[in-house]
Amino acid sequence: MTDLTSRAPSPTDSAPARNVGFYAAWGIFIVAVLVLPLIFRSGGSHTTFSLIGIAAIFALSYNILLGQTGLLSFGHAVYYGLGGFLAVHGMNAIAAHGLPVPLPFVPLIGGFAGLVFAIIIGWVSTQRAGTVFAMISLGIGELVASSSLILRSFFGGEAGITTNRTDLPALFGWNFGPQIQVYYLIGFWLIISAIAMYALTRTPLGRMCNAVRDNPERVQFIGYDPHVVRYLSFCFAGFFAGIAGALAAINFEIANAAYLGAVQSGVVLFATFIGGVGYFFGPVLGAVVVTMLQLELSDVTSVWQLYFGIIFIGIVMFAPGGLTSLLMMHRPLLRAGTLPMVLPAYLIALVPTLLFACGVILAIEILAVYSQGGSGSGTIHLFRIPFDLASPMTWLIAAVLTIGGFYVARMTWRGVTDAWDRAMTVARERGYHA
Amino acid sequence: MTNAIEVRAVEKKFGNVHIIRDLNLTIGQGERHAIIGPNGAGKSTTFNLISGHITPTSGEIDLNGQRISGLRPFEINRRGLSRSFQVTNVFAKMTVWENIRCAVLWATGHRYAFWKNVDSLPEVRQRTAEILEDIHLTHRRDVPAGLLTYAEQRELEIGITIAGGASVIMLDEPTAGMSNTETDRAVALIRRLTEGRTLVIVEHDMSVVFGLADRISVLVYGNIIASGTPEEIRGNPKVKEAYLGEEDH
Repeated sequence: MTDLTSRAPSPTDSAPARNVGFYAAWGIFIVAVLVLPLIFRSGGSHTTFSLIGIAAIFALSYNILLGQTGLLSFGHAVYYGLGGFLAVHGMNAIAAHGLPVPLPFVPLIGGFAGLVFAIIIGWVSTQRAGTVFAMISLGIGELVASSSLILRSFFGGEAGITTNRTDLPALFGWNFGPQIQVYYLIGFWLIISAIAMYALTRTPLGRMCNAVRDNPERVQFIGYDPHVVRYLSFCFAGFFAGIAGALAAINFEIANAAYLGAVQSGVVLFATFIGGVGYFFGPVLGAVVVTMLQLELSDVTSVWQLYFGIIFIGIVMFAPGGLTSLLMMHRPLLRAGTLPMVLPAYLIALVPTLLFACGVILAIEILAVYSQGGSGSGTIHLFRIPFDLASPMTWLIAAVLTIGGFYVARMTWRGVTDAWDRAMTVARERGYHA
Repeated sequence: MTNAIEVRAVEKKFGNVHIIRDLNLTIGQGERHAIIGPNGAGKSTTFNLISGHITPTSGEIDLNGQRISGLRPFEINRRGLSRSFQVTNVFAKMTVWENIRCAVLWATGHRYAFWKNVDSLPEVRQRTAEILEDIHLTHRRDVPAGLLTYAEQRELEIGITIAGGASVIMLDEPTAGMSNTETDRAVALIRRLTEGRTLVIVEHDMSVVFGLADRISVLVYGNIIASGTPEEIRGNPKVKEAYLGEEDH
């Protein structure tokens, strides 16, 4: 897509210069983590931010595997869940024996639990990459999830194991009863973990993870055992997943079988992929989007998982680099100042695309009512507009919006492509390639 | 002085098919040794056997007097043998700089380190810069390897192969698919970069072979039928019959 031949060379003898964007991204990230809960002060938003923070650590840990090392895991929740269970048992032991361990150190228990299980399980599962690794991760995920219902004394069966985070010794007067204190505990670990995971990508091991992702065969001929590289990567991913699991256990004051299950493994894969595996902050964006969707969509519609699936398929098909790659595509246009050339085309395309989306949503909601044994009469509300289910008019509107919207949208998106090409050509002429 | 490579009575079978039968090959220290032969003679298989890509069914292979047959490719590489590939085999999504740097990391002793910042390792940086200068790709250092031209990718392939400082360099058809000018450039590059090292090369282009090699071995149907100086090989009637006589080569 991009011609990089005439890119200006940077100095050979210096490390890659850290540009303004690098510091800006980290600055925004840290400030956002610290300040957002002071702006949105309701208890509900503090709960949401806490969930996002946990999901972000978990998704970043998953990207050590998927984005950095090229390992597609279907069982990453195993390390998240075991971290959560060990953290709950640890908290209960600390409270029962009156040990002098304050709550902020508990995530380390989860981290080391995740690490230990990754050390044990990873050696076998990372022997091969690709399909073999994916299948083994799926198998181990099922194995651990089902044993969580069998080994009741440790996992607590269906009910899970509960704990009380305020039973632990207070730190600087914080007993972590209020949600805002739990949020800042999560935020602290999010910042620490994100910095650590970024630093990991800048080490010899981190670079070799990328090499193994790109070409495991060639790695063998420059002195490295790809199995060892994958194994170490897997262990780090397990450690940070365990931290996320422990934070979840602290947040909910319970650990149960759902922590370990295939659904949890699937959600982290969705979040990482939707956010984008190609950029370090991609999984963080994915965690924000997926957590918000989970919380908000489920309030609006009973078939929210269907929309979730449609969004995921849409990203896989039309933006395989995730949302971050869609955003980063605009960087050369922004730098070259040619972004205004594409904005009108975007606006024109937006109208039929939204109409198409409304048609699809209306059709799905009608079908959902019928498939859930609805009588076929009554009304549903879409954006506060009532639609009579029995009326053929409703069906007609859905069909016209879906089919007509699709055709018009397709035409307008061609306009977007043309405008994009023109803007990119000008940007290239001005020397901005990526 | 021990030989750089010694292959004794090596045999390779895939199922019932003998790809290599009774292969014997001796390559001295500092020699530039070319392996030639018609298509399907087993040249690439010979490379794969020596570099550990595939293991021999029977027989022995020594590198600088040490047994290497049966070892994994990275173990053989750590003992001082590095090879390139006929089909370009680079790290496509990583930049040219990172490709070379990865190939430098093990040799500079950083192994699987996860406690060092890779950008602040002076000897790694210096060596990477030197190799890039050597293969004339300094101006392309920030380009993802997958976006290089074919000839540049071949040069990067050679750069990755020599970057670890191995004493024995094996190049599998380094000039395949190149134009005449590009071939001349590549030959000069190979000659310069393998100075003082042992070079084993598989090549179809006879001008490259006779211009570069001290010794030539001719492989036909998994057997070395002749081994000697370029003059000896040129005069060898068996070779003429089996190989050089064929017009299409």
